[in-house]
Amino acid sequence: MKIMVPIKRVIDYAVKIRVKPDKTGVETSNVKMSMNPFCEIALEEALRIKESGLATEVVAVSMGPTQCVDTLRTGLAMGAERGIYVEAKGDLFPLSVAKILKKLIEIEKPGLLILGKQAIDDDCNQTGQMVAGLLGWPQGTFASKVLLDKEKQVATVEREVDGGLETLCLDLPAVITTDLRLNQPRYATLPNIMKAKSKVIKKFTLLDLNVEIKPDLEIVEVREPPKRKAGVIVSSVDELIDKLRNEAHVI
Amino acid sequence: MAAIGAIIHRALSKRTLPLATTSISRSISALVIVEHEGGAIKPQSVSAVAAAKSLSDDDNTIAMLLAGSGPSLHLAASRAATCHPSVSQVLVADSDKFSYSLAEPWAKLVHLVHQRGGYSHVIAASSSFGKNVLPRAAALLDVSPITDIVEISGSSQFVRPIYAGNALCTVRYTGANPCMLTIRATSFPVPPVSSDSKLNEAPISQVDLSTFDEDITGKSRYVGHTSQDTERPDLGNARIVVTGGRGLKSAENFKMLEKLAEKLGAAVGATRAAVDAGFVPNDLQVGQTGKIVAPELYMAFGVSGAIQHLAGMRDSKVIVAVNKDADAPIFQVADYGLVGDLFVVIPELSEKLPGKK
Repeated sequence: MKIMVPIKRVIDYAVKIRVKPDKTGVETSNVKMSMNPFCEIALEEALRIKESGLATEVVAVSMGPTQCVDTLRTGLAMGAERGIYVEAKGDLFPLSVAKILKKLIEIEKPGLLILGKQAIDDDCNQTGQMVAGLLGWPQGTFASKVLLDKEKQVATVEREVDGGLETLCLDLPAVITTDLRLNQPRYATLPNIMKAKSKVIKKFTLLDLNVEIKPDLEIVEVREPPKRKAGVIVSSVDELIDKLRNEAHVI
Repeated sequence: MAAIGAIIHRALSKRTLPLATTSISRSISALVIVEHEGGAIKPQSVSAVAAAKSLSDDDNTIAMLLAGSGPSLHLAASRAATCHPSVSQVLVADSDKFSYSLAEPWAKLVHLVHQRGGYSHVIAASSSFGKNVLPRAAALLDVSPITDIVEISGSSQFVRPIYAGNALCTVRYTGANPCMLTIRATSFPVPPVSSDSKLNEAPISQVDLSTFDEDITGKSRYVGHTSQDTERPDLGNARIVVTGGRGLKSAENFKMLEKLAEKLGAAVGATRAAVDAGFVPNDLQVGQTGKIVAPELYMAFGVSGAIQHLAGMRDSKVIVAVNKDADAPIFQVADYGLVGDLFVVIPELSEKLPGKK
């Protein structure tokens, strides 16, 4: 079985973002970019499944501007066998990404698609569910544990839901999206980074895949959130209780 | 001929365009996807109705969709019928397929109900259920959904946080019907319903499931569920939230916080650091990757104030921070800060605070 893992290049999670003065978006030039943390977890899970002998190959996929190839190289250095890069300019909303993934899945025929639960830039949390819907595959979102049964061709997925954990059993092929606690992603070692340079990244254009992007969303404005007004430092518990009772009226 | 064609075309487009736009702005018919449990509707679903109401100033038609099986479904439906004065219809899908909230049958159901009702908007709360089901249903309908809306400015323009709440993005939906949204429940508060407001009771009707396609829905099965039983209020909807971070040092010390919470009638939350350190289970996590809360009072103990945590609580009305590090970033968002040792402050607070109202 083959596992496909889509990965996204985003602003590094530790960077404090700046909104552009013209309010068209967030400053991305000269800003450190990395693989989306949830995508790292997805890739790690795919690699662990392969290492336990339940999968034969892990294919990493990324789409967007040319620099996404660097993110793919990171994925290859972590241990993916090969990469697929889809060249696309402009805003790619999750519906478009899901449609592109559907085409790639029709070409590659993986038995499992593992994605991060959300990208930390647009915070959408949609792509995995949408590609599952387009393919008619079952979905296991927000996974904190994944167990594969090769004989029965099912995946048992433990999911993080409001108020606890839920366990589902999915017929393969299936789509799984990863939550934070699924695993601890590995670091790419220097020898593996060197090896990754010779691994194959196949390039597609939207024309090759025959995917039409018709955005039905328009970004009107991006602005900074309102600042909270400066607070006060109190010196004692008594003063705090007094303020909460007589000034804020919350207790 | 070509010239005449162009003129006719222009005349037609001139006439049809304004008509088309007015018809969109005039008739809002929203379908709200409802979560229910034990015969009660979840409060966040009533917030979704409040959001549907705010799509325009006119009288919107709002239908609520409930699915499940057994008597608790029908009890929930009767409650839905009176939960908000703007509800005009309650749709009930009664089948074993909906006994558990699996995305596959639910997405099919939303697709089916939309095909019959032709709704302009489909809305769910941004809970783990809403986030699981709505994008899948949107893909079946070939439209782009919009996640976690905090503000509605017109029937097709919405504001949502991006980059962990460090920026607010205004988006306009330009696609075909339905416009599919998940809303952040804390941004759409529901005014309390007075007990004597039995004026309107929305009609309840059954969804005809005879054409429901079964192929897809058999591919996933519910196995089990483990829940964290607490008697305290639900974290997402509590009026007061007390949160502990790594500064609490151990699971044992969280008991101290629980005692304070009990006194205040508050919910207990935690930072990712406290969850990762194993102090508390992960469903208590407040932050970008956990729950997003906006209580009236948020008290953070031993919380440094990482970006990912702030994203989950920055909309709280009053924020109190207790930390021994005076330079902790949490003090920049706190209304009241107390620099001190939480092991002294928490017991003192527990002792001096008035009991739960």
